[in-house]
Amino acid sequence: MLTAVVFLPLAGAITIIALLGDNPRGVKWFAAGIGIAEFVLSIIVFAQYDHAAGGFQLADRYVDWVPLMDIQYHLAIDGLSAPFILLTGILGLAAIYSSWSVATRHKEYFAWLLVLQTAVMGVFAAQDFILFFIFWELELIPMFFLISIWGSGRKEYSAMKFLLFTFTGSAFMLVGLLTVFFSVNTFDMTQLVGMDLNDLLLPSQLVFAFFFIGFAIKLPIWPFHTWLPDAHTDAPTAVSVMLAGVLLKMGGYGLLRINVSMFPDVAMDAAVPMAILAVISILYGAMVTFRQSDLKRLVANSSVSHMGFVLLGISSIGATAGNLSPVGLTGAAMQMFSHGVVTGLLFVMVGVIYDKAHTRHIPDLGGLATRMPIAAVAFLVAGLAALGLPGTSGFAAEIMIFLGTFPAHGVITALATIGVLLAAGYVLWMVQRTLFGPQRERWAQLTDVSAVEAVAPMLLMAAILIVGIYPAIVSDVFRAGVNDFFPRLMG
Amino acid sequence: MWEAAAWAIFFLPLASFVLIGLLIRPFLNHRSELAGYLTIAAIGGAFALSLWALKATTGHSNEIGYASHEWLTVGNLDIRVGILMNSLTAIMLVVVTGVSLAVQVYSQAYMKGDAGYARYYAYMSLFTASMLGLVLASSILQMFVFWELVGLSSYLLIGFWYHRPSAARAAIKAFLVTRLGDLGFLIAILYLFFHQGVFSNAGLNSLDIRDIYVVAGAGLLGTTALTWLAIGFFAGAIGKSAQFPLHVWLPDAMEGPTPVSALIHAATMVAAGVFLVARMFPVFEASESAMNLVAITGGITAVFAATMAMTSNDIKRVVAYSTISQLGYMMLALGIGAYTAAVFHLFNHAFFKALLFLGAGSVNHVAGTFDMRFMGGLRKVQPWTYGMFVVAALSLAGIFPLAGFWSKDEILAEAFHNGDFVSRLVFLLAMAAVFMTAFYIFRALFMTFHGEFRGGVESKAEAAALPDSELVLTSDEEEKIAEGGHAHMAESPLVMVLPMGVLAVLSVVSGFVANAPFKLLTIPKHWISEFLVAPLGHPETPEFIGWVAILSIGLALAGVGLAWAIYAAGKIAPERLTYRPLYQLTMRKYYMDDLYERFIVGQVFYRYSAGLLDWFDRVFVDGVSDNIGWFGRNIGRGIATMQNGQVQAYGGVFTVGAVIILLVYLIK
Repeated sequence: MLTAVVFLPLAGAITIIALLGDNPRGVKWFAAGIGIAEFVLSIIVFAQYDHAAGGFQLADRYVDWVPLMDIQYHLAIDGLSAPFILLTGILGLAAIYSSWSVATRHKEYFAWLLVLQTAVMGVFAAQDFILFFIFWELELIPMFFLISIWGSGRKEYSAMKFLLFTFTGSAFMLVGLLTVFFSVNTFDMTQLVGMDLNDLLLPSQLVFAFFFIGFAIKLPIWPFHTWLPDAHTDAPTAVSVMLAGVLLKMGGYGLLRINVSMFPDVAMDAAVPMAILAVISILYGAMVTFRQSDLKRLVANSSVSHMGFVLLGISSIGATAGNLSPVGLTGAAMQMFSHGVVTGLLFVMVGVIYDKAHTRHIPDLGGLATRMPIAAVAFLVAGLAALGLPGTSGFAAEIMIFLGTFPAHGVITALATIGVLLAAGYVLWMVQRTLFGPQRERWAQLTDVSAVEAVAPMLLMAAILIVGIYPAIVSDVFRAGVNDFFPRLMG
Repeated sequence: MWEAAAWAIFFLPLASFVLIGLLIRPFLNHRSELAGYLTIAAIGGAFALSLWALKATTGHSNEIGYASHEWLTVGNLDIRVGILMNSLTAIMLVVVTGVSLAVQVYSQAYMKGDAGYARYYAYMSLFTASMLGLVLASSILQMFVFWELVGLSSYLLIGFWYHRPSAARAAIKAFLVTRLGDLGFLIAILYLFFHQGVFSNAGLNSLDIRDIYVVAGAGLLGTTALTWLAIGFFAGAIGKSAQFPLHVWLPDAMEGPTPVSALIHAATMVAAGVFLVARMFPVFEASESAMNLVAITGGITAVFAATMAMTSNDIKRVVAYSTISQLGYMMLALGIGAYTAAVFHLFNHAFFKALLFLGAGSVNHVAGTFDMRFMGGLRKVQPWTYGMFVVAALSLAGIFPLAGFWSKDEILAEAFHNGDFVSRLVFLLAMAAVFMTAFYIFRALFMTFHGEFRGGVESKAEAAALPDSELVLTSDEEEKIAEGGHAHMAESPLVMVLPMGVLAVLSVVSGFVANAPFKLLTIPKHWISEFLVAPLGHPETPEFIGWVAILSIGLALAGVGLAWAIYAAGKIAPERLTYRPLYQLTMRKYYMDDLYERFIVGQVFYRYSAGLLDWFDRVFVDGVSDNIGWFGRNIGRGIATMQNGQVQAYGGVFTVGAVIILLVYLIK
């Protein structure tokens, strides 16, 4: 089952390149078909995961994959990864539908997009360290080509910057995972969670730091964040959607999966520095966001702030024994899911506006709501979710993070709440300058979203509102995932 | 069964919102009047159920409990949703649905022909549902959810005419200023959950409002903790109820359609802050310093806002400042422990203040402007509106025996009766506000309805066109002029006058009937005082101090008389009484908008703080990484000479990693 989920997009990509003709319509609809099938599969996997039972389920395992190094082919999901499989299914579909206006080299484009989806699915499903690392690195190749070929602006610079930053992180991560392997002789992540990793070849604090740097670059956390605005700004819409929606989550997922669950003692000692980095990311990211005049750059910078909340939730493990609870960790996972659909939608809408108006420069826009009422509603819903309005997924995630982290770091959490106020400021100001104000002569001919363009916004809005109104759908699964390793934190 | 009925109060308007949003607005926009009918029907149903709820709670001394339902549980966090139905809930339900119903009927004519008619009713339904959700909530977090959602509705409705830049700006301002206060509310909730251990030991849930009563009443939390909690909640209340120093958003909120002002920015949402303090009353009562803070903030706001109402020339803004001032009254009442009197005043105020706004909307249909300098003489054109405005003004001024008198007098009497320093202080502030209130509302009345008609929006446009004119037309007025001016000198249609009539009747009788000093047919003596008992409290016997009542009426009449002498009879030139710098100060709103918007947000925050960080980010953080990147590229180039193909850097990193491992292995 999981093998099918992971490799279906890859099979689709190969089919596009090898078998399909050059007809753009055919390629698009074939890709959309794969996207829909993958979306349905991801829902089935998510629904099949029994969160009451917990643990790893739906395993696909081939133990003797590389017997020499004891590397296994091992896919499985637990409560931590199941929602991310769903998220990748949702955003993969949204990405394909927001690529309808791609005009050049469409066969390669959709093939790379599908390869990207396989890589991300693989990261969330792999339970063998080497397999995990392979998928982690595999994701870079389609990203590099997608940005540097179909991007805009300084696309080569941004693609290279993205590549180098991630490589730097990967190097650290690789050192970390090899250290672990040479110390305990296994790559099996399901076993590593239960092991005592305090006595490694290197001090466990250092190994923790290697992994942390790798994931912090990906998340990204200040001061490793500068690749993000460039990559986003110059990437095509669908790539921004995937990048913000799921690729960043790989960083937070890694922190939870490896740093927190495998090195609980070190993680708890590092809680205060993590909280400080988190609050810097939140406030700094938000303040810098205010100054952006490019819509995409604005949304990208806001991601830095929002991902800071993920780290803040993780830092909740610094609470004293009596106050220690899984609320903050679950909230951090929720924030990743929420940010995936919310920022995904924001980028989709920015893409729609750019496709029609051919500019993302905010001072040139304005008054679009009159011409594009449906697009305006979608943009506003995404914005409101980004500022954490109740009834949207953003609120459910942020309130859990705040509630969970406040007992551990009272003052820092109180400072972090200012991030919510700042988010309201930059989001509403952006909405005002883009959608509201007098209708401009220049935009009098704009049309509202077409049926095809409406697919991705509707899908993502539904996800935002469903999770916002009844967050337990997702949070119960994450909770099961956190509960699997949480007892180790309790000591 | 009963629980389902209570939930229906909330779900009826919500269903109306959903249906308009998903069905009527997209597919039936040419039949947008359906949106109005649907909203009125839904809110009518909610109103009927609210009356039932009032009747059902009357029999019970305290509350009708309903089960709460699991919404989100993780570890020790158990967020539940449910209904807390007690006397305060029931009174608020009746106020919200009642005023909302009147306003929705009125809006049918007021908003007629507006392109956003269906959207307007969708927002109004959303607002009403959110406000009812706020009132019904049994958990503090559930209340916070709806607290934010009424903020959203307010944002959407202030910015309803989003093509006007001033409206879009006012909407953002309202949302941000109230959200600043909400941070306090949020932190208070976090602080409650921080004490979950205390609650768990007693088998309670820190987010459940009734459990908070228990903990506050039993002294399980120390006074310091309760003080911080109360201050947090009060910060939220200051924002929502536009108390000093976060009052700045409410006057600007008048950019929205006038019926919106009547419902949201007069009768209901702005009263949510007062409601929050009343809801959390046991927490406040446990802390003397918190109570004093509430009382003094309320007292200062009551007077402070009234000074600005006295000089404003815009009828809506006069009424808006009046709202701020009256909310200050309710706050000061709560602060001195007069719980019943405060909620009673909220109840009465909702009717006469909504009526004043609807009256302002009605005269706007004739004059095309809200600028009272260009009105005058409208009593002949709109006798019904005039009559009802007089009733509402008398009620606001607190003239016996109208509604406003009863609750205002109770507040004054209790303040005097308490006798401590803070109570005496706010008593003096409240008395000063009585005079000012009567003056500004009758000034508005005389300027609008008496004398000769001064030409409305067209005259204003002419005056503004003069070379050295300081007048600036509002977007609303510009649109009226662009539509070809008008001045159709006629009374407003029956759909508008009728709901105003209902509110006028209530503005007369609501005070006396609800708290009559003797049994009135089936209504028992001092009904509301017996009914509206603070949680964990005892019924307050209404105070009546003869000389206080006489003095307050005397002061009010003096205010009316002064307004008459200046603005109706013209016996005193206003210039003779104005001290220029002070006048300037109030006209410029004490320079607080300049301080907040230009200095703090524009300069300190945007230009210097965010600007500096942005520069730092581009030049320094990104600069460093670019240099490292350059360094890395050169290394990559070096390695590329050894290898071929796209995987160069990949291999390079792999090598570096392996080397490190090898080194480590050797050292070990």
